[in-house]
Amino acid sequence: MVINEFRMTIDSRSVNEGFSRAVVASFAAQLDPTVEEINDIKTAVSEAVTNCIVHGYKNSLGKIYITVKIHQDNQVVISIRDKGCGISDIKKAREPLFTTLGGDRAGLGFSVMESFMDKIIVRSRVNSGTCVTLYKKIDGRIK
Amino acid sequence: MSVQIDFEDEILLCQLSGEIDHHTALPIRISIDEKIENCRPRTVVLDFTDVTFMDSSGIGLVMGRYKILSELGGDLEVTGLSSNSYKVMRLAGLDRIATIKKGGSKNGNKRISNDN
Repeated sequence: MVINEFRMTIDSRSVNEGFSRAVVASFAAQLDPTVEEINDIKTAVSEAVTNCIVHGYKNSLGKIYITVKIHQDNQVVISIRDKGCGISDIKKAREPLFTTLGGDRAGLGFSVMESFMDKIIVRSRVNSGTCVTLYKKIDGRIK
Repeated sequence: MSVQIDFEDEILLCQLSGEIDHHTALPIRISIDEKIENCRPRTVVLDFTDVTFMDSSGIGLVMGRYKILSELGGDLEVTGLSSNSYKVMRLAGLDRIATIKKGGSKNGNKRISNDN
């Protein structure tokens, strides 16, 4: 059961990467997470939002839709969606070190999300958009 | 995010501070690469002591500089990693191109170095 939820829409500007991970982390803070759990969430959100900007919209301007739901069992579910170009081969995109961009992109975005969260689901359709859903149960500090 | 760069005794010391992501990594990379080009250092030290957040863009920053230095014949050292930055670095398998040393710098932070 969802006990708390928020939604926001941001422009796909790279300056919003820091803003979006800070907002999601602040919302998740009500579960009294450890510093490590908060860092894991911030890192995964940063990767997903960066993907929308550099891959989904290929540095052109679009909207990024973020929804965060907190469940009664202390699970945080974060959905990050764009209406960009989509991914033709999701399996390939999730392979470590695979990148369609050269330069200094490490090709580790999905690997970071997978290892820092409990579970991730990627849904995508070419020319329609991509939605990444991140799941993490917050054990928090021992109460 | 900012970087303070000092060159002394063939060592280029780059002290990074703030948050490293896709947005902030580009200007840092340009500053460091310009200095590498001009100074041709024997060793480049990337000091992460004052880095408060890092995603995979930080891996790209390290790997990219490692490639440049391999071509120019220089060494790369990464120091002062927080537990979060270390977790991201280790995920990238940076221990395959560099030796990971734990607790090599102040505050018991982790250190990656390829000086073996």
